[in-house]
Amino acid sequence: MEELGSLFVKSIFIENMIFAYFLGMCSYLAVSKTVKTAVGLGAAVIFVLTITVPVNYLLDTYILKDGALIWLGPEYANIDLSFLSFILFIAVIASMVQLVEMIVERFAPALYSALGIFLPLIAVNCAILGGSLFMQQKDFSTVTESAVYGLGSGIGWLLAIVAIASIREKITYSNVPQPLKGLGITFIITGLMAIAFMSFSGIKL
Amino acid sequence: MSGEKEALFSKKNRKLLSDPMNDDNPITVQVLGICSALAITVQLKPAIVMSVAVVFVMVFSNLIVSLIRNWIPNRIRIIVQLLIVASLVILVDQVLKAYAYDVSKQLSVFVGLIITNCIIMGRLEAFALGNGPWKAILDGFGNAFGYGVILIIVAFFRELLGSGKLYGFEVLGHKAKTIAESTGLYSYGYENNGFMLLSPMALITVGILIWWQRSKNRKLIED
Repeated sequence: MEELGSLFVKSIFIENMIFAYFLGMCSYLAVSKTVKTAVGLGAAVIFVLTITVPVNYLLDTYILKDGALIWLGPEYANIDLSFLSFILFIAVIASMVQLVEMIVERFAPALYSALGIFLPLIAVNCAILGGSLFMQQKDFSTVTESAVYGLGSGIGWLLAIVAIASIREKITYSNVPQPLKGLGITFIITGLMAIAFMSFSGIKL
Repeated sequence: MSGEKEALFSKKNRKLLSDPMNDDNPITVQVLGICSALAITVQLKPAIVMSVAVVFVMVFSNLIVSLIRNWIPNRIRIIVQLLIVASLVILVDQVLKAYAYDVSKQLSVFVGLIITNCIIMGRLEAFALGNGPWKAILDGFGNAFGYGVILIIVAFFRELLGSGKLYGFEVLGHKAKTIAESTGLYSYGYENNGFMLLSPMALITVGILIWWQRSKNRKLIED
């Protein structure tokens, strides 16, 4: 339990998707003009990450890994399908996003209209595929761990996009040099925020 | 497309190649493909390998999608595009693992992330789905090259200032334990700026690059 807690905190702050690995930067820059849309996209990312990371974990452990197919019988022990992981992960993500979209539309229409166009966009958000690929590298031992990792990274991403969106809302009133306006200043602010987040890296859990 | 036959390198086609270098650069203007641009620019070598990989994936995915654009049903086009790109990326990944294992280790998950690199999906959606194969190749090459140029510029500064090397060569001289034993700039007491190697400086370097570009090319300024 303690381990899960530390993994959770670590994935939010220390290994923050945006500030440490720059994953999901495209939508982070494009959708951070107002706080409201930022919250919507962040919520959708948390949702999809928490579902796809454990699903891909199961896929990786029982099908793709070297020798993972042993449950089919001893003659399958030497099969290594890990080269297929990219294509399977992205297929899982694309279909999960579609599925989630349909379920949310059916059972939670309010949430659906709030998330709106963001759900389909998420299929091509690097943070989602990145979450699955990091999960593969980290070699988690249980499904729960991978789910906690997915949830934590999603929350970290939401935190980052909401923070930048609120700064950008304020900065429209500031006197920024003309060529630096918009994109340039956003990059530099993100850099400064990343420096702040680096202070978490000293924490040992 | 018009019935008239266009020259292979007509003015319009040349523009497809040259626009992404400056006026329509994928990173600094279209804001596509930032993720990988920042994470792998600590040294020149991985940045160059990444650029070559993206050029390859971009040109071929643009070509394939453009060839089959009339047969892709509109509703599932995203999945079709993702699968085409993913197969090409698997190819790149396997080649890298076989012939450049150390670089492949350094790039880690970022090779896989070419799949969701927004440049590729963005250009497929915006260009390859509506244009012929030759134009799509040019557009793919131009955009991937514009991406690579930024990658290499950022990596150049980060490696030079951060570790005093370029492509692994010690261009600023050799740094030994004491000043007396060092050569080149280091014998005058020069120190590397280790901060350039950390992730925040990648963001700030790109920010400054955008600033510089827009002050030269004022029509890009946002208001």
